[in-house]
Amino acid sequence: MLAWTIYISFLGAAGLLLLPRGSVAAARLLALLTAVAGFGITLAYFLHHQTGEMLTITRMPWVPSLGIEYHLAADGISLTLLLLTGIIAITGILFSWDIIERTKEFFVFYLLLIAAVYGVFLSYDLFLLFVFYEIVIIPKYFLIAIWGSTRREYGAMKLALYSFVGSAMVLIGLIAAYVVAGAKSTSLSELAQFPFSLHFQMLAFPLVFVGFAILAGLWPFHTWAPTGHVAAPTAASMLLAGVVMKLGAYGCLRVAMTLFPLGLGPWGFHVLALGSWRDVFALLAVIGIIYGALVALVQKDFKFVIGYSSVSHMGFILLGLMTLNQIGLTGAVMQMYSHGILAGLMFAVVGRMVYARTHTRELAILGPMNLYKFIPFAAVTFILAGMASMGLPGFSGFWAELMILVGVWRSYPTFALCVGFGLVIGVIYIWCAMQKAFFAEPGAVSVPLNPPLPPISFPERLGAIILICASVLVGIYPQVLRNVIVPALNSPLFEGLRRGSWQ
Amino acid sequence: MIAINYAQLLRLAMPEVIVVATALIVMATDLLVLRRCKTAVRFSVAAVLGSLGCAAAIVRLLLAPETANILDGMLIANPLTHLLQIALLVLSVFTLLLSINSKFTEHVGEFVLLILVATAGMLFLVATQDLLVIFISLELLSLSLYILAAFNKRSAQSWEAALKYYLFGGMSAAFLLFGFSLLYGLSNSTSLSHIAAAIHGPALNPLLVIAIGTTAIGLGFKVAAVPFHFWAPDVYQCASAPSAAFIASGSKVASFFLFFQLMALGFVGAEGSAAWSHLVRGWVPVLALMATASMLLGNLVAIRQTSLRRLLAYSAIAHAGYMLLAVLAHTQQSLAALLYYVITYALATLGAFAVIAVVEDQKGGDDLSNFDGLSRQSPVLSFCLAIFILSLAGIPPLAGFFAKFYLFVAVLNSASGSMGLLWLVVLAIAMSAVSLYYYLRVLKRVYVAPLPADANKFNSPVLSQVLLLLLAASVILFGCAPQLMLRWIETAIRASGL
Repeated sequence: MLAWTIYISFLGAAGLLLLPRGSVAAARLLALLTAVAGFGITLAYFLHHQTGEMLTITRMPWVPSLGIEYHLAADGISLTLLLLTGIIAITGILFSWDIIERTKEFFVFYLLLIAAVYGVFLSYDLFLLFVFYEIVIIPKYFLIAIWGSTRREYGAMKLALYSFVGSAMVLIGLIAAYVVAGAKSTSLSELAQFPFSLHFQMLAFPLVFVGFAILAGLWPFHTWAPTGHVAAPTAASMLLAGVVMKLGAYGCLRVAMTLFPLGLGPWGFHVLALGSWRDVFALLAVIGIIYGALVALVQKDFKFVIGYSSVSHMGFILLGLMTLNQIGLTGAVMQMYSHGILAGLMFAVVGRMVYARTHTRELAILGPMNLYKFIPFAAVTFILAGMASMGLPGFSGFWAELMILVGVWRSYPTFALCVGFGLVIGVIYIWCAMQKAFFAEPGAVSVPLNPPLPPISFPERLGAIILICASVLVGIYPQVLRNVIVPALNSPLFEGLRRGSWQ
Repeated sequence: MIAINYAQLLRLAMPEVIVVATALIVMATDLLVLRRCKTAVRFSVAAVLGSLGCAAAIVRLLLAPETANILDGMLIANPLTHLLQIALLVLSVFTLLLSINSKFTEHVGEFVLLILVATAGMLFLVATQDLLVIFISLELLSLSLYILAAFNKRSAQSWEAALKYYLFGGMSAAFLLFGFSLLYGLSNSTSLSHIAAAIHGPALNPLLVIAIGTTAIGLGFKVAAVPFHFWAPDVYQCASAPSAAFIASGSKVASFFLFFQLMALGFVGAEGSAAWSHLVRGWVPVLALMATASMLLGNLVAIRQTSLRRLLAYSAIAHAGYMLLAVLAHTQQSLAALLYYVITYALATLGAFAVIAVVEDQKGGDDLSNFDGLSRQSPVLSFCLAIFILSLAGIPPLAGFFAKFYLFVAVLNSASGSMGLLWLVVLAIAMSAVSLYYYLRVLKRVYVAPLPADANKFNSPVLSQVLLLLLAASVILFGCAPQLMLRWIETAIRASGL
């Protein structure tokens, strides 16, 4: 049943290709229906299976001579991210309602991307996971290069190459692991049970982890993220920041950490007070949090602020993964969901509500326009999104960051202080951006815009409301996700991690 | 004196006989009956006749498969040779059908004849394990290809490329023959299995070292591996599109199989090792060197190309580098990986050249700028080109991805337990990340670049579109369900015991 999220998206893309040339409204509607159907399937499954354990959906041999299986399965972590994908897919289409140039092709690439993302979250066979993981690269390249804005071809190529280099690293690690384990099976659970030697894990873990973490925006491999996000059209930046970056984090957790748990253990010696890969990546994540926030603080382009804030927030996820305790990991998965929703919302405000109307993203130009008077809905939405992203109670970000902080406090007390510092800067840059973008200086004369800005349309309002509700719902009742994530983390798949360095 | 059963020999060589007979029929029909018709009609009739002949040979291979080994490998028939022969015949059929719309020559009969004769050469080439027959069929193939490369008589560049191809080819054939004569001198036999038995020893004979070197040079030329690749960019760029497609697809399949067979069968006991920090003298390190150079040079030079044909030529050099890895791994699994790789590669390259042929016909060149905005002029053609290019880049779920994955697994798996060849695999994967850049540049032209304002109406022939869609569908199918071909290859290899 859940497998149909993938098929329906592929079928939607194929259906779009069959539409006659120039049918804009039909293409939009078909894409929206496809996305809604995908989300509906996920939601139905979510409501039926609240245990969060790993359940196999489809399993059949694919390339028997190599032990490759077509194996789809879902646990609480996948379900959380599938819900996120569904929500972002629907709202992304709502925020692309104004695409009139090559509409059909836009939605074809969009649905291909969505289908591949569903595929990654559902794959339980490493080969299959890698196949879907690489399919993602091509549609996102075209989405940015064709429909993007500032330096789109550069941003798209950079993004594609970074992703491909990351997946090449993953591929090397996976092939090596597969061959060392006797080349009998690519199933995740079977490879995770194979006792790889400590030496091998110490080499393979950082390779695969960094390969995935490039896509998750790990500092210093994050530079594709701001340029890519800024260049992308609104729906694509929502998908990129909301979902595609989560693919990287998901890969880190699901593949790198389960396959090579010993790689997280101590080296036995210290370099600059770092004693293991875990320390190294935790440090990089903390640097990412603070660096991203500081750079966001000084940006002049509204979209770059959000782009760098994504780097900062993704740092929280990676840090949460490196805490290796249940609360920290749960927080990391919650943060994947929360950041996906909020980044989507912020990019929607900046890219669609503001930029598409004013045709500028320069904060210095936006300020004097006094936008809150003309498009108050956008201002309110951004304020809500900003509050959520700061981690105020009542929004999903609060629980996620709180859990990560508690986890970090247990594992790395010093880092917890740095993260607190990062949170404070987070408040400042959101506040500054909000003020500069929507409110004129006190006393300044607000010039009536000519021509007047078109009002916020219905699809935009609907999209924003859906996203805010998705965040508030989890903010008020975090158990809805926690109940499925915790059992998933306690499943046998993470056994090696628990036995090794779990605290 | 061994008695030869000529009836059996004829029966075994029936597919080749059918192909050669077809070639003569095509020639006769074209010259005697269709003399005064229009070129398009002559091309259609000749190509269809030729395809029918190839199809008849395929049917013969499928319906009456035989297993035989005549005169210590002089002529061999087993499931593996049948598989390769069928693949080669299919590629020839596609080449013939795709050439129907070409306008580069009036010598239709001769053109089709040459393609069929080259096909016959390839069919013999894969069905023998004897140096003499190998050399003769290789020359039959090569000489036909030289003429095919020069067939576009109206273009001086085509001549130049063909001359270059011919001179380099003649030189490499001389090297190959020299190596073969040394092998004969060492073993007193032309049969690969006898040679292997004779050269087996603890230390490498100096003459054997020379033989390995010259053989590697001769075959390295055929597969366009660095440093014997100089002919490839020119021939790919200047030969007529069907000839270039044929040289890039069918002859690659046959040459790589020959390369594997010669090295893995003929030089057993002289392998050496290319493992990192454990190099041992033999033919494996020689191939490792060629593979490394090909992967590096092919991928890096392709970045700078502005002509799609030259880009494909350098990418072919890079792909030759990947495939050499399978040859140097020389296990059953790596042979299966090599065959899967080279066949799917040939399908994608053939398709890419077919797209180039249509675009050249409509816009007058293969420069990348001619592909600007193609997706708005011909969505079908662009879609097919995207499939072929992405398959060459190794993006799943296309055939090129599984081919690469399987090849790398087979190479790593060959040095059982040790990770000695890991450095080659790492290099190959890193280089395929580089290759994505130039492949995406092509697709950027097709899908992203705006359509030039002065673009004329673009009409692509229906036949080409159908054939291209077939090729694209096969690339997708073999990518999504690799087992379809893999199972066949694996049983064939097991049955033939190579």
